[in-house]
Amino acid sequence: MTAAVFFGCTFIAFGPAISLFLFTIAREPLRVIFLIAGAFFWLVSLLLASLVWFISVQISNKESASQQKGLLIFGVVLSVLLQETFRFAYYKLLKKANEGLLALSQEETMPISILQLAYVSGLGFGFMSGAFSVVNILADSVGPGTVGIHGDSQHYFLSSAFMTMAIILLHMFWGVIFFDGCEKRRWFVVAAVVVSHLVVSCLTFQNPQYVSSLVPTYIIMLSMGIWAFYTAGGSLRNLKLCLTCKDKDFLLANHRPR
Amino acid sequence: MENNAEDVENSMEQQQANTAPEPGQQPQEPPATRARSRGGSGAGAADGGGGDGGGGNGTGPEQNGQPPTARPARVVDAEEEEDEEMTLKYGAKHVIMLFVPVTLCMVVVVATIKSVSFYTRNDGQRLIYTPFPEETDTVAQRAVNSILNATIMITVIIVMTLVLVLLYKYRCYKVIQGWLFLSSLLLLFFFSFIYLKEVFKTYNVAMDCITLAIVVWNFGVVGMICIHWKGPLRLQQAYLIMISALMALVFIKYLPEWTAWLILAVISVYDLLAVLCPKGPLRILVETAQERNEPIFPALIYSSTMVWLVNMADTDRPKRNSAEAGSVQQPTQESAVESPAPSSPSQDDGGFTSSWVSQQQHRLGPLQSTEETRREIQQMPSARPPVEDDDEERGVKLGLGDFIFYSMLVGKASATASGDWNTTLACFVAILIGLCLTLLLLAIFRKALPALPISIFFGLVFYFATDNLVRPFMDQLALHQFYI
Repeated sequence: MTAAVFFGCTFIAFGPAISLFLFTIAREPLRVIFLIAGAFFWLVSLLLASLVWFISVQISNKESASQQKGLLIFGVVLSVLLQETFRFAYYKLLKKANEGLLALSQEETMPISILQLAYVSGLGFGFMSGAFSVVNILADSVGPGTVGIHGDSQHYFLSSAFMTMAIILLHMFWGVIFFDGCEKRRWFVVAAVVVSHLVVSCLTFQNPQYVSSLVPTYIIMLSMGIWAFYTAGGSLRNLKLCLTCKDKDFLLANHRPR
Repeated sequence: MENNAEDVENSMEQQQANTAPEPGQQPQEPPATRARSRGGSGAGAADGGGGDGGGGNGTGPEQNGQPPTARPARVVDAEEEEDEEMTLKYGAKHVIMLFVPVTLCMVVVVATIKSVSFYTRNDGQRLIYTPFPEETDTVAQRAVNSILNATIMITVIIVMTLVLVLLYKYRCYKVIQGWLFLSSLLLLFFFSFIYLKEVFKTYNVAMDCITLAIVVWNFGVVGMICIHWKGPLRLQQAYLIMISALMALVFIKYLPEWTAWLILAVISVYDLLAVLCPKGPLRILVETAQERNEPIFPALIYSSTMVWLVNMADTDRPKRNSAEAGSVQQPTQESAVESPAPSSPSQDDGGFTSSWVSQQQHRLGPLQSTEETRREIQQMPSARPPVEDDDEERGVKLGLGDFIFYSMLVGKASATASGDWNTTLACFVAILIGLCLTLLLLAIFRKALPALPISIFFGLVFYFATDNLVRPFMDQLALHQFYI
């Protein structure tokens, strides 16, 4: 419960996301706008889910703890489904915007490709999701206090930070895979994204046992990452060329004139 | 205060045919002969000090569609399509150019609210414009009081806007300039002194009077110079952001809670009506400014571009100057050419006085080019330096009133919401999306638009929804450490 915990957890949770933002998105105005629009869509989905949950809580028995927990689980599942629905809605909106733009412009190429949009929108969803999950916890970690004084886990902050990092990266991978599935009309891909999101959320139900929730989440994150990498056109050959700085296309594209 | 967003375009290709360097351009580029002039700049109502709500004054350089010199009909169509295609490229960069200052202003306000308790403490003081207290016994009484407060405040704003429009219409420029001068004086010296004092109290920093006096004096004087006269663009923008933040903090402190939300709602409705209705005061102001073709009240508008005045004006320099070289060049160029600027005291017109613009026409030719013209120019041997980045040629302006009310909404959200950071974040994203939509509409309709309604509407909806619906849900989730 000090500045060390605060900074440590902040950088664990948001480090990869912020570096992705700084290196790939911050210089392109169009990508920033679509990132913020993605965050907005996630927010709207959360709003709807909370509305339903709130109404259901008001009409339920407030004394019974198990009923409340059941309602919360229902809220989580509903929220996940709504998030994916809004991801699909955002995809549709982007397709319409892209078509409109292409019809209007004289040029052949669009200013931003659907793959970039998938990446950016996934990251937008991730940023907002991560922020809403963890910012209040981080704000509390700056102040004085003792973690787990009533016998709860001592690793609350750290596990929250790691979980948030996983969720942010997962949203980004899901975005890429989801949009690709929609583009190629492969609905099993879309269903796989929804199912994996549900699995990750349901894993957190066992949460004071962090091993059983964090480890599978990270395994899912890694596999989604590899899937998204292949979806986006990556391959082992590409990776090798990139890492040994022999990828000519990349070098040419990023060459900045003095 | 300025409540509109406007875009300023300078495409003066009408005289392009007469210019020496590109004789061969004329037949090839249809858009090269596009002539659309945008004169003037935004008007702003003075926000008197002491926290009265500034009137929203609209402005806007609007488009005078002047028919181009000699054009076949099909060229007009191509030009319009190209225009719309450029809309998106133009829009994105300028949206970001407004996102950054709005974000900075909000960050300053939220940081201050969270750390300096003075601005959230209820000292029992109220503004004279909101005389009814909100600590009443019944909810109904509180509601009535807040409605009365909001009514008084809005009446004051409407009256001030009307006074401003009348003063402008009857050419009492000195009065307006004096009013603006006094209000920025109050903000830059008195309010910033109070702010510094409270920050020192919070962090328990001891500072002697002499150092404090020197610091506040320098801050204030440099601010007055930058805002009302000339200064580096970034410094001027920074000062405008700071005074907007100070004003928003004053509002947050002195407006009671329900009154503040009501005022936000009512003022965005007022802004909508005043700018868009044919007899609205702000629209009258804009049209008068357009007729007279002169810039007004530059001190109360945030403008994103002035740098390129230097770049384009000086043909000797092959590359762009830094922003600090700023508008110092401007007066020498202007005085070298011809007629003096119409409203003399304020040299830093967020723009483009007509004398400056005509100077550009004579010296350089087209200020707006497309891919084709650029390619042609770069291929031709020419004394003129190639235009590097023509997104810089167009600028967007946003009134300071918009900054103030956006920051006030986010600051109030962070001060009073029990859900703390979630509500603040939600309002922040909502306001940015509203601004983005407003700029999109601006790019489509190309006339002065009110910037408050969409953003404030989204902000209010998200504030109340997040505070009442999302917060309990997220609290429960965080308690059990469930993740969605």
